[in-house]
Amino acid sequence: MAGLAASFGSGAMTNSITDLGQSDCFLITGSNTTENHPVIATVVKRAITQRGAKLILADPRNIELAKFATVHLRQKPGTDIAWINGLINIIIDEDLLDSKFVSERTENFEAVKEAVKKYTPEYVESITSIPGEDLIEAARLYAKAGAASILYAMGITQHITGTDAVKSLANLAMITGNIGKPGTGVNPLRGQNNVQGACDMGCLPGNFTAYLQVANEEHRRKFEDAWGVELNPNPGLTIPRIIEGAGAGTIKALLVMGENPMMSDPDLSHVEHCLSKLDLLVVQDIFLNETALLADVVLPSCTWAEKEGTFTNTERRVQMVRKAVSAPGEARNDWEILKLLANKMGAGWKYATAKDVMDEINNVTASYKGITYERIGKTGIQWPCPTLDHPGTPILHGITFTRGKGLFSVTEYVPAAEQTDEQFPFVLTTGRILYQYHTATMSRRSLGLVSRTPEAFVEIHPSDAKELGIKPGDEIEVSSRRGSITLKADVGKRVEKGVVFIPFHYSEAAVNRLTIAALDPVADIPEYKVCAVKLRKCA
Amino acid sequence: MKIIIDGKEIEFSPGQTIYQVAKSAGIHIPVLCHQEQVKPVGACRVCVVEIEGARSLMAACAMPAGDGMVVSTNTERVRNARRIIVEMLMTQGHHNCITCESSGDCVLQDLAYELGLDAPRFDGPATLLPGETGNEMIVRDMNKCVLCGLCVRACNEIQVNLVLDYIGRGSNSKVGPPFGQRYEESNCVFCGECLRVCPVGALYEKQGRFQGRTRDLEKVRTTCSYCGVGCQMDVRVKNGKIVKVTTDREGMPAPNFGSLCIKGRFGYDYVHHPERLTKPLIRRDGELKEASWDEAAGFVGEKLASIKQAHGADAIAGLSSARCTNEENYLFQKLLRAVVGTNNVDHCARL
Ligand code: SF4
Ligand code: SF4
Ligand code: SF4
Ligand code: FES
Repeated sequence: MAGLAASFGSGAMTNSITDLGQSDCFLITGSNTTENHPVIATVVKRAITQRGAKLILADPRNIELAKFATVHLRQKPGTDIAWINGLINIIIDEDLLDSKFVSERTENFEAVKEAVKKYTPEYVESITSIPGEDLIEAARLYAKAGAASILYAMGITQHITGTDAVKSLANLAMITGNIGKPGTGVNPLRGQNNVQGACDMGCLPGNFTAYLQVANEEHRRKFEDAWGVELNPNPGLTIPRIIEGAGAGTIKALLVMGENPMMSDPDLSHVEHCLSKLDLLVVQDIFLNETALLADVVLPSCTWAEKEGTFTNTERRVQMVRKAVSAPGEARNDWEILKLLANKMGAGWKYATAKDVMDEINNVTASYKGITYERIGKTGIQWPCPTLDHPGTPILHGITFTRGKGLFSVTEYVPAAEQTDEQFPFVLTTGRILYQYHTATMSRRSLGLVSRTPEAFVEIHPSDAKELGIKPGDEIEVSSRRGSITLKADVGKRVEKGVVFIPFHYSEAAVNRLTIAALDPVADIPEYKVCAVKLRKCA
Repeated sequence: MKIIIDGKEIEFSPGQTIYQVAKSAGIHIPVLCHQEQVKPVGACRVCVVEIEGARSLMAACAMPAGDGMVVSTNTERVRNARRIIVEMLMTQGHHNCITCESSGDCVLQDLAYELGLDAPRFDGPATLLPGETGNEMIVRDMNKCVLCGLCVRACNEIQVNLVLDYIGRGSNSKVGPPFGQRYEESNCVFCGECLRVCPVGALYEKQGRFQGRTRDLEKVRTTCSYCGVGCQMDVRVKNGKIVKVTTDREGMPAPNFGSLCIKGRFGYDYVHHPERLTKPLIRRDGELKEASWDEAAGFVGEKLASIKQAHGADAIAGLSSARCTNEENYLFQKLLRAVVGTNNVDHCARL
């Protein structure tokens, strides 16, 4: 979420889930909301059907939300910056912008104004294949709405230009003044239950809790004082670099807590090769997942129903997790395991409960200072919550942006790292489905969820299927330059001609054997959403 | 504006129904076809009240409160009207409370008791319909359906999944997916909103069947472990096992106000899966073998210390988890930073 942090000073969802219900117009892109954030989708669908809110959907696939869309922009995968800049250009051109907001609250607008000039509807159409009149309609809908809200997810960020695409969305919100008020905002929907919390808690190579910086001496000093040790001033490595380092022999030991890089990371054969070179691979998990199978030490941990603690949801709301049942066998809480490891290394940690840990978090984290177990007993609190009587913050950037002024950033369309060619003529895009979850360690062990979608599939457009002689249910081999997998064909018009979609939950047909490890240069996010593949019907 | 209910003067704001005003003042009016998140339709008339000056009884759930109105909620006339309605409902279907999942948590049962109905005066229907058990999530037992329509309105107005509707007319009328389809044959996405609002035992959780009645289960309020919405839900437990996940019919907090999706409501059973890891494992001679905690942690501690000594702290890295708690993530980065001495810590936010 580096893009949003650069524009506004905070990478988190600007508004709240409930607040979305007040929006007059939604721009949803790169988020298959009904499948990935079903309950947020209900808020959106209610606003549309019960209050007449409009929906601009920008998604290459014909997803469920298309039924509710006023305009559906079906861009070619990997062309987001082009159509977003196109919208901005039309809004400036037709003088639909909020000049007062732009002049009072933002900086660097002129540069963007210049840069987007070339993104005319015709030029955008030539890149994205979105018809010019649809783009114009979308621009007018968004700019003329009383309050307009942008929702996006991994479909925007998982590209080599993901960070810039997010900055473009922030530009769009700023020129129309759609920030800091009810029903507006730029709202990243976080995929997993506690992505927001893991970021807030400093599980990032360059940041302590609440995004204080490892490289900043004053910030570091604060944690040196709190923890009573001297700290390393050099920012660490991101996941893709850590994996690379393992392969190159510079990383010797890797601790993995509740993660499954052997399913979630791009170009899996390469990941496997790298992990096998480690001197020590330790995995804490609830199941013997694909990564644990390679480990030197596996430590059994607890599920959410077996522990106490907090999760922070996508709208920055910190909520309680409570123990309902006991863990099986000798499985332990992850925090207890960490304490055990730390103390084996001589740390002398004394936490007796999860609450003790939260007390320390309250002390060292300004935005979590007022978020105590006592206060979130009944309902969660949204950070920032700087004091014990602060009610929390449902909407960010109300009077000023977190960084002061909102920063306009110039962004340019750059083609995806891998283009289709004669040998690999299809664009592969990946994602999640309603009935499964992430690497499926949990959801594939649930009777009900498995019953809905027992096996992997690849979505193919009917005319492509016809050309290749593929019928629904046929076994298909899908190959990229990096590997191949075999799975069932699901023929239908959810995807455009020339595009195929594969969900990434299935280990026997792990789509990340095909994906490319090309990274966004700022955020190090892999380009899961675009790579080139070929299809072959198995005999 | 003011209204008098059962002799009590109550302030209200325009747009509130008599039911809402009474509820806010702690006056109980029974409702069957009403729930706070859907539009009132006034279908069942269980909530009727007497209004001074009005000839007929009025449905409190649908009737807007008026300035100066005088309302009685529990007169003999009101109770008689309710009795007839409830007796009809009891005999329209087969309400076999003995093995019903909802016994003890059923609006119809409570009403019959509250109104002192020993045995209904009408005959029951002859046909007994088979329960629909074709999917792993939701069982439908249409013998118990009281046609309140809440499932239809919840599916359309709360979740906007647009699956359920009324089928047929009059005494043949039913609720369900179009063309008499079963749930699993329809576009149903198994969010379970219909099940949540159903006031009787017509819709219930398949995996919870005979595992313990709702009122006998422990109730632990927690946050869903799947996606970033962070839905609030109640895990229901008996004998150390999760029997089901529920949300109260009314009064649930943000962010989801009681709505869930299939993962939250029905995806909990991995917790008790036989493949759960129960012991630490250490690789010996190429194979993962069981070990004690002390052994495993000791092994890791020593190995980390020796790698740190030989190659420096930055030869060590950690991947934390977007599925673990804040407390665990906090300690994870503290372990890497303060104990190991490296900032090589990341998690899969970008993946
Ligand atoms: S489970 Fe959800 S989608 Fe299915 S019928 Fe019930 S309310 Fe509708
Ligand atoms: S199934 Fe339940 S909620 Fe639906 S109409 Fe029948 S009784 Fe009402
Ligand atoms: S119930 Fe569904 S929508 Fe709610 S948090 Fe869980 S997975 Fe997300
Ligand atoms: S509850 Fe009022 S009419 Fe049914």
